[in-house]
Amino acid sequence: MLEIREVTKVYNPGTVMEQKLFDRFSLTVDEGQFVAIVGSNGSGKTSLLNIICGSIPIEGGDVLIDGQSIAKRKDYQRYVQMGRVYQNPSAGTCPNLTMLENLALADNKGKAFNLGRAVDRRRIDSYREQLQGLGLGLEDKLNVRMGALSGGQRQAVALLMATMTPLRFLILDEHTAALDPKTAETIMVLTDKVVREKRLTAMMVTHNLRYAVEYGDRILMMNRGRVVMDRSGDEKTGTNAGDILAMFNQISLESGS
Amino acid sequence: MQDLLIGTLTQGLIYALISFGVYITYSILDFPDLGVDGTFPLGAAVTAVLLTRGVNAWLTLPIAMLVGALAGLFTGLVHVKLGVRNLLAGIITMTALFSINLQIAGSNLTVDRATDTIFTSGPVMAVLGDMSLMGRKLVVSLLLVVAVKLVMDAYFRTKSGLLLRAVGDNAGLVTTLAKDRGMVKLMGLVLSNALVALGGCVVCHEQRSFSATMGTGQLVYGLAAVIIGVSLMNFYTGSPVSQALRKNKALGWLAVPAGTTAVVLGSVLYKLCIQAALSAGLPANMMKLATAALFLLVLVLSGRKGEEIIHA
Repeated sequence: MLEIREVTKVYNPGTVMEQKLFDRFSLTVDEGQFVAIVGSNGSGKTSLLNIICGSIPIEGGDVLIDGQSIAKRKDYQRYVQMGRVYQNPSAGTCPNLTMLENLALADNKGKAFNLGRAVDRRRIDSYREQLQGLGLGLEDKLNVRMGALSGGQRQAVALLMATMTPLRFLILDEHTAALDPKTAETIMVLTDKVVREKRLTAMMVTHNLRYAVEYGDRILMMNRGRVVMDRSGDEKTGTNAGDILAMFNQISLESGS
Repeated sequence: MQDLLIGTLTQGLIYALISFGVYITYSILDFPDLGVDGTFPLGAAVTAVLLTRGVNAWLTLPIAMLVGALAGLFTGLVHVKLGVRNLLAGIITMTALFSINLQIAGSNLTVDRATDTIFTSGPVMAVLGDMSLMGRKLVVSLLLVVAVKLVMDAYFRTKSGLLLRAVGDNAGLVTTLAKDRGMVKLMGLVLSNALVALGGCVVCHEQRSFSATMGTGQLVYGLAAVIIGVSLMNFYTGSPVSQALRKNKALGWLAVPAGTTAVVLGSVLYKLCIQAALSAGLPANMMKLATAALFLLVLVLSGRKGEEIIHA
């Protein structure tokens, strides 16, 4: 269980630009839940993910996993049990390393990076198999530089890399936003598959309301650092993308944006 | 003329050791480490002192590397733990080392003719005793550079080496691999500065002296060697020759040379260019100017105008 407890986040504290985004913000996410987060720009979606991952500091409150505070843990320490896929496809892989080297890196997560051979030849068949599962014909491109692949291909590999080793939480930061509609759909299907197969707890920020409804067990809508809609279970089943859009528009009118 | 060529080749090879260090920081870590201008004479200062005290010539190599590693550790700690920008962290180390080097050596130091260097020590004389000193210098430098190159190539294929390459390529990814990117950078700076100090050590053996100002322009030298080498390699791997070789089973390994090979070639080529300028009548006092001018030319021609330096 992931818990955000009364978190306060202030940007540019002590300056004229000071802006309080979260004021005692709380949220609890159950084990195995696929949470889709929607909301306008600046509503705090990505900040929320960054707070969970420890990418940005908080001014108050606590972040807990199974009741244990992780607020003092550094970002890289938190990633021991978390995976993350970013909006930018080049953020999730190393462009100048080959796909094989990228996969070998991800495969070694959680183990020591010592003087052993970087690429374990015995693992190549397993890599091929996993790439085949993506259905993008990448299994023949193991020795291609990552930067030479298309955005969609890179994002698929980034997703594979993020979920290669055992983990509990998958953080998806608009990970389909930079892709064309067809590729976005492919990545979304792959995401859903891996989340279900590995029983991950997932938090996905998206601007695609249909994806939120279709794949989320729970939908959160955020506005100005608050959750303005939180639907799960039967309530979520009865919600369609149109309902969310209506809500979205209403908020936009109220806040005059 | 032949002596001049052998001398220049030897210089190019010895300075390749420094370029290896710069290759790790600049090309792999994307960290322009100005500390090089201090670590290079540091290696020479330590070596000069050890040699004049009668320490075994070969023992000065690991000791110089160790001292260089400490200098790299200092730059790394200033950057990673104190959060000082990479250029400034290097400048602090460089400036501090100027005094420290003088403190170590006392003043500019000359190693007298009676003292054995790696080029005149027992084991080398036993095997290469029939050669002239110039010939021995070339052979020993070549063997040393090839040995270091092979160790580096092997290291880059290890897990640790792969992580080092990853942190320069995409530091954010290293974080999501649950690794502290700061520690990886630190490790890279330690390795790099150990190599640069090794270069300083061998230069001291070669010219039998240390001077406080010998570090000036060394980073520029290393950068130029790396950029010339890497640009030529990119040109070569895109050429029909390389494409054809790739299909050939027996010669396929020649198609994509290792980065370290490119650095050695870049270093030798750069020394040759500077020597050519000097031979054409350029006064020795103008050498650093020639070095800078040539570096600028290389940057412009290679299309790598140092954006990496500015954004880093």
